[in-house]
Formats: sequence, C-alpha cells, structure tokens
Amino acid sequence: MRYAIRTEGLSKSFTLHLQGGVTLPVLHDVELAVAPGECVALAGPSGAGKSTLMRCLYGNYGAGKGRILLRHGETEIDLAAADARVMRAVRRDTLGYVSQFLRVIPRVATLDIVAEPLLARGVALEAARDRATSLLARLNLPAKLHGLPPATFSGGEQQRVNLARGFAPRYPVLLLDEPTASLDAANRAVVIGLVEEAKRAGTAIIGIFHDAEVRERVADRLFEVHPIPAAA
Amino acid sequence: MSTAGAPLLEAEGLTLRFGAIPALEEVALSIWPGEVVAIVGESGSGKTTLLRVLSGLVRPERGTVRYHGADGAVRDVHGMAESRRRLLHRTEWGFVHQNPRDGLRMGVSAGGNVGERLMAVGARHYGSIRAEAAAWLRRVEIDPARMDEVPTRFSGGMQQRLQIARTLVTRPRLVFMDEPTGGLDVSVQARLLDMLRGLVADLDLAVLIVTHDIAAARLLAHRMLVMRHGRVVEQGLTDRVLDDPQHPYTQLLVSSVLAA
Ligand SMILES: Nc1ncnc2c1ncn2[C@@H]1O[C@H](COP(=O)(O)OP(=O)(O)O)[C@@H](O)[C@H]1O
Ligand SMILES: Nc1ncnc2c1ncn2[C@@H]1O[C@H](COP(=O)(O)OP(=O)(O)O)[C@@H](O)[C@H]1O
Ligand SMILES: [Mg+2]
Ligand SMILES: [Mg+2]
Repeated sequence: MRYAIRTEGLSKSFTLHLQGGVTLPVLHDVELAVAPGECVALAGPSGAGKSTLMRCLYGNYGAGKGRILLRHGETEIDLAAADARVMRAVRRDTLGYVSQFLRVIPRVATLDIVAEPLLARGVALEAARDRATSLLARLNLPAKLHGLPPATFSGGEQQRVNLARGFAPRYPVLLLDEPTASLDAANRAVVIGLVEEAKRAGTAIIGIFHDAEVRERVADRLFEVHPIPAAA
Repeated sequence: MSTAGAPLLEAEGLTLRFGAIPALEEVALSIWPGEVVAIVGESGSGKTTLLRVLSGLVRPERGTVRYHGADGAVRDVHGMAESRRRLLHRTEWGFVHQNPRDGLRMGVSAGGNVGERLMAVGARHYGSIRAEAAAWLRRVEIDPARMDEVPTRFSGGMQQRLQIARTLVTRPRLVFMDEPTGGLDVSVQARLLDMLRGLVADLDLAVLIVTHDIAAARLLAHRMLVMRHGRVVEQGLTDRVLDDPQHPYTQLLVSSVLAA
C-alpha cells in the first residue's frame, strides 16, 4: 500500500516522577498505516490511548519506541526521530491536527487564528483571510464573531474555530480528535462534508469520532487501540 | 523556517563557575534563523549567565560559541577582537535587558535612544533619523509627540517598549532577551507580549528569550530549553516539553503552572 503516514512498533509510556516514578504503559507496538484519501477511525474504550497515539503522530508527545514514517514532500521522514525544526516544517506543510479543545492565543481575532497557518505557508494575506472567512461561514460561525478572540466563545464555537483552522491549509495528513463532540446535527453534517471533500482531495485522515453516525459516514475502516492490561 | 542552511549561533560545552556555584555546566545549544527559543528554569539556574556568555559579554571557563555572520563567515565569539564583538552588538545582534535602565540611556531623549543606534550604524541625515525614530516609537505604541522626553518620565512598560524599539531599529538578526516582561504588572506584560509576538513574526527574528513565564514561552517560542543548576536538563519543541515533560524537574515546573 502507498501510505501517507505509517507507524512501526510504536510504543509509548509515561513515567510520572512526581508520583514516585510510576510508569504507565499506554501504547505497545502500534502498527498503523493510512493511505492518501483514506479515513481511519481510532476505536477503543476511553483511556485506551487514542488521543495519546494521535499526539505521538503530531510530535506533541515523544514516541517511546518505534518509528513514525511520514511522506513529507518528496521525502520520507521518521517523526519519532525528527528534531524540533524538522517537526515545525512538517506541521507547516504536511501534518495538521485538530485537538479536542482549542488552545486560544490570547487577544488574537478568530479570523487571524484561522488564517495563520495559511500565512505561515506563504499564502497572501487577502487570500488567507478569504479562505478563513468562507470556512468559518460554512461552519456557521456568525460573521460578527470573526473579528473577536475566541476566548469567550462557547465550546461548540471554539471547536468550529479549531476545525476551520485545521481544514484551511489542506494538509496531506490530518488528525482529528473528537471533532464533533460539542456540535449540533447541522454542524456535524458540515464536518462530514469537510472530511469527505478532504478525502477526495487525497488527504489521509486519522480521526477519533465518538459519534457513531459520523464515524460510519466518514471512516473507511476502524483501527482498534487496545488498552494495555495493568501489570501484575 | 527552512531546515537547510546553518545555525546563526552554536555553543558547545559551556562551563562557568562562580566559586563553588556551577552557573553553567556543559551547555550546548544552537539557534537557527527565524527561530524563537525560550530558556526557562528557576531563579539562579544560570539563564542570565548563559545569555551573557552566548553574546560574548562574559567569558566561559570552557566551551565555545560560534556565530555565523551575515557575511557568511563563522567566528568564535570569545576569540574575536573586542571591537568586532562591539560591532556585532550594534548591528547584527540586539540585547533586551530585564531592567530597561540597563539597555537605555536614561539621560537621553526617547527619540535619541532610538536614533543613536541608527547613527552608530552610519545613519547621518538628521531628518530621516528622526522620522525613523518616530516610526519606531509608534510601532511600540509610544506617542511620537513624547519623543523629546527622557525615559525617566515613562512608566516601566513604556521604558521596556522603548528598549525594544532601540534594539530592533537596526534590524538585528539575533536578539537576546532576558526576562523582558519581568518587572511589569500582569496587564502590561500581556500587552508587551502581544507586541513582541507581532514584531518577531514581522521581522522574522531569531530570538533567545529567558523567561519564567511558562505561558509566555508557550505563546512565543518554537523551542524550549529547561535549565537547572547550570545544566540544560531538557529541550525540544515547546509544546512537547510542556505536554510530555520527561525530566523530573520539568514535570515539577509544568505541574506548578495552571493550564499554561
Ligand atoms: N501527558 C500525559 N501524562 C501522563 N499520562 C497521560 C498523558 N496523556 C495521557 N495519559 C494517560 O494515557 C492514557 C490514555 O489516555 P488517552 O490517550 O487520552 O486515551 P483515549 O483518548 O483513548 O481516551 C490514560 O491513562 C491517560 O491518563
Ligand atoms: N557575577 C557573579 N558573581 C558571582 N556569582 C554569580 C554571578 N553571576 C551569577 N552568579 C551566580 O550564578 C548562578 C546563576 O545566576 P544567573 O545566571 O543570574 O541565574 P538566573 O538568571 O537563572 O536567575 C546564581 O547562583 C548566581 O548567584
Ligand atoms: Mg481521547
Ligand atoms: Mg536572570
């Protein structure tokens, strides 16, 4: 299979030094491969490690063991070994992530938050703002909010800002952590549309979808993340 | 943010003791064009000493600092002539001190503080120096109508903004900042931070910034170094260091901050 992103023997544990150095194993030998245009839904009970896997892929958590191979332009990169500067370039050009909760940049207007990843890629200001505006409108965020910082927005409004920011650049690989958790049916339908469109454009998508209806509509297959049984 | 090319500054094995106190122990770091790198750590961990050694103000006992100049030449910061180091501090480098009094000339007008730096790099035309100084005051949100006042009459936040204008007016490639929001009220800090974020992005600066404000580091910095007892105990992508800290000290530091 031609893949966009793939893991080999990816393992991850946390050592909690403030809790007497206890170690929590979370991921063990994860082998996941996703092709361009494919959407894979991570499945597994709460606490199984779905978000942890996604954060490892994004480089937000360090991989403990194994490799994370990504097609980045004409090259293949092992993200598990990539340094911070390479990771930044990967995040700018190839890999997008819609986290569960928007981490707001204080005092920056919604429109600028959404346009920012486009500007970082060299898109002209006006074109970036146009794309940001149309995505926010498509996600039914009232125009009167576009000029305001999202810090005071409702959970659902913040989630839509986060989605607009994640979909704006058309990354080749996109990670979505519970993107519809606080959305109503109309906005869930918008997200389904955005995912289907991205897939047609060749984006590889890895998602965590708590909503079975959304999952069935967008996911081509499930990938089970197994909780590691507590050590005896 | 190209991944090719060369770092601006590279340091290796920096070690310096004050008596029995290890201010720096085997510190290595590099900074690349356009990168913002935050240095965090408790008081006394060696952050200020590190900035001073990197910028050639203090000589280490051991270790090297190499600077890749705009002319393409690579030079040993502690091996170069004092005159060349001074020239770098006037042209390709900038230093923003925690206390604006250390970076400003308090007896010289606000406009003079900014204009003086331009004159030091060869500007001679009085009218254009004054115009550029006024433009920079505006950029740091100081009313140019106050350009003939001395900074002693300014608030702490204004003095710090003036120091930033004075530092950036010559378009340095590399800026060292030591707790630039340190002594300021919280609301003033926020405004200064917004300004720094904008300037750093607009001017594509490389910045080494010392701060104990973890939230500020999260906002400004691409990369982070955590120091303790003169050592860099952890470093990496800012969000990774903060969200998946490995070292016991970093875990303690992160756990003591609310939702940074
Ligand atoms: N930064 C972290 N530090 C320590 N433990 C963590 C961290 N992130 C996640 N975990 C732990 O990893 C396990 C898996 O969590 P998570 O990936 O959020 O699960 P899921 O998304 O499947 O519900 C949980 O036990 C969680 O507490
Ligand atoms: N000129 C000096 N003489 C003696 N001790 C110094 C001097 N400068 C710094 N120190 C000591 O070196 C250690 C590191 O200081 P410093 O670099 O200022 O730390 P930080 O900026 O992280 O608070 C501290 O213990 C400090 O007291
Ligand atoms: Mg989760
Ligand atoms: Mg200090």
